Amino acid sequence: MSPLLDDDLVELYEQAPCGYLSTLPDGTIVKVNATLLGWLGYDRDEVVGRKRFPELLTVGSRIYHETHVAPLLRMQGEVGGLALDVVAVDGTRLPVLVTSAVKTDADGEPLLIRITVFDARDRRAYERELLRARQEAERLATTLQRTLLPPTLPSVPGLDIAAYYHHASPDEVGGDFYDLFPLADGRWGLFLGDVCGKGAPAAAVTSLTRYTLRSAAVYDPDPLAVLTNLNRVLSHNSDGPRFCTVIFGVLDPDDFVVTLAGGGHTSPLLLRDDGVAEYVDVGGQLVGVLPDARFSSASVRLGPGDTLLLYTDGITEARTDAGRNRFGEDALLTFATGLTPTTASDAVVAVETLLKGFGDGLDDDTAVLALSR
Amino acid sequence: MDVFHRNHVTVTGQPDGRVVVLSHGFGCDQNIWRLVVPALAARFKVVLFDHVGAGRSDMTAWREERYSSLNGYADDVVALLDELDLRDVVFVGHSVSAMIGVLAAADAPSRFGGLVLLTPSPCYLDDGDYRGGFSRADIDELLESLESNYLGWSATMAPVIMGNPDRPELGQELTNSFCRTDPRIARVFARATFLSDNRADLALVTAPTLVVECTQDAIAPREVGAYVHASVPGSALVTLDATGHCPQLSAPEATARAIAEFAAVA
Repeated sequence: MSPLLDDDLVELYEQAPCGYLSTLPDGTIVKVNATLLGWLGYDRDEVVGRKRFPELLTVGSRIYHETHVAPLLRMQGEVGGLALDVVAVDGTRLPVLVTSAVKTDADGEPLLIRITVFDARDRRAYERELLRARQEAERLATTLQRTLLPPTLPSVPGLDIAAYYHHASPDEVGGDFYDLFPLADGRWGLFLGDVCGKGAPAAAVTSLTRYTLRSAAVYDPDPLAVLTNLNRVLSHNSDGPRFCTVIFGVLDPDDFVVTLAGGGHTSPLLLRDDGVAEYVDVGGQLVGVLPDARFSSASVRLGPGDTLLLYTDGITEARTDAGRNRFGEDALLTFATGLTPTTASDAVVAVETLLKGFGDGLDDDTAVLALSR
Repeated sequence: MDVFHRNHVTVTGQPDGRVVVLSHGFGCDQNIWRLVVPALAARFKVVLFDHVGAGRSDMTAWREERYSSLNGYADDVVALLDELDLRDVVFVGHSVSAMIGVLAAADAPSRFGGLVLLTPSPCYLDDGDYRGGFSRADIDELLESLESNYLGWSATMAPVIMGNPDRPELGQELTNSFCRTDPRIARVFARATFLSDNRADLALVTAPTLVVECTQDAIAPREVGAYVHASVPGSALVTLDATGHCPQLSAPEATARAIAEFAAVA
């Protein structure tokens, strides 16, 4: 055999490029290699027979060891890839990756635990970078999301207003949006919509859509004119196709008439005081696709006890029955009928409960805006 | 509400026997009882479950606000006993579940016939003369440790670990699965576990109580066991010659014996 391959086993154990140790089932160290002693700065006789493996760990790692590692080791005989911190004799901490395996006797009773310890300083520094980057991305998404939704809705005399937003993913900025704001002539503008797509590109369109709707309403609050303006802006967007579905409305506080214009969005629901719920057919074409898209409008008068509910299709598209079916418009109408008569606040709470009940079946962002008298 | 599904309840043993409920602590799930279940099932009706967020519980039922305090878990225990209409129960709570049991027994005393507090600690933080064994910095270090093991939880594994109803065997094939928790959930449970102070609740326990401690336990040292024993009126104390925080794994026979002897007379 080549002398290069004929490595001395004892020397291989002692000088291996990783730490080795063996403990009794209770953790008492019975054997340890020179590499690990070198990392920790201990003499062999300070450790062997004197210390238990968990005592070499930081307190945080020790709790993790006692609550996760020790039970796993007993139940499955080995456990690997654990990120723990060991403490050297001078108090310095060394991030390590630990793998442990149990050696059993003929009856399957544990005799020894064999442990390998790898220096993980570089890897853990890198992982911390990854974690930091992820946390930063989440913070950014949250901040961005906040700028796309009104922090609080204004109060409108004589009306109850409520809204709810379900975020499908904490990492992504959603594409649904809504707002309610005063117009110069004493009326109120409101909108709710859904930008096609996900992530940062969708968020950019959401932002553009939102601010275009607000400024178009200042120029001419007629709902059809507002959507025509938005359509012009979105279809002239040079970054490629950008489109959305949206409902824009103007509320007159004197007679509680809401004039709505639709741009391809799901029909709002009117939950009437007399126990009837019905879809308000607004219609219209998708906004931002065709340069001369046609939009249509409808008017609704809110009587006492009536509630107008605008929502995005996250509700109707939610999967039910373990993914076989979509919730759908019929089920939503039945649900809405069951709520009548109601208020905006109660209806939004009920929808929130409905959405939570979908669990994993709800995989899209969902926005709800309700007004009631 | 379907507690069987929510808490992945399993019932085994003697259908007409005394009810022994085994409640796992922070870190793992009901599998942690697997070495004591055979001995207990020979004499008792044994009820096992996973706390919401652990094991094969219904993860969609998890809400941060509900499970940031031990009361949320205690409410689940009471709901479980109500739903199964279990009475005169011997509730065995390991680690943090000992305090969950104390809180649940205070809420629904009529359902509890006895409490076994297995390696309990009413307060992990040192406070004045009280020695819980840990400082706030230690607990922050634990939270960091959970973060460091974050990458062991990958998004692609999560749906499989969290239970695939169509192929339940998938979950069982995964190593580490019974001690693997979504890090977000683990962090909230760790805070609820290690930052709670339930010392004042111990004096309110009316059920017969057995405190079980280990000779060497880094999480719940013997002076904490002595404190719990002294604070729960009329409680008994058993010290197992065992190392570690999980005697149901390191000394299963002695642990099962202590539970069974207590459950036979409590």
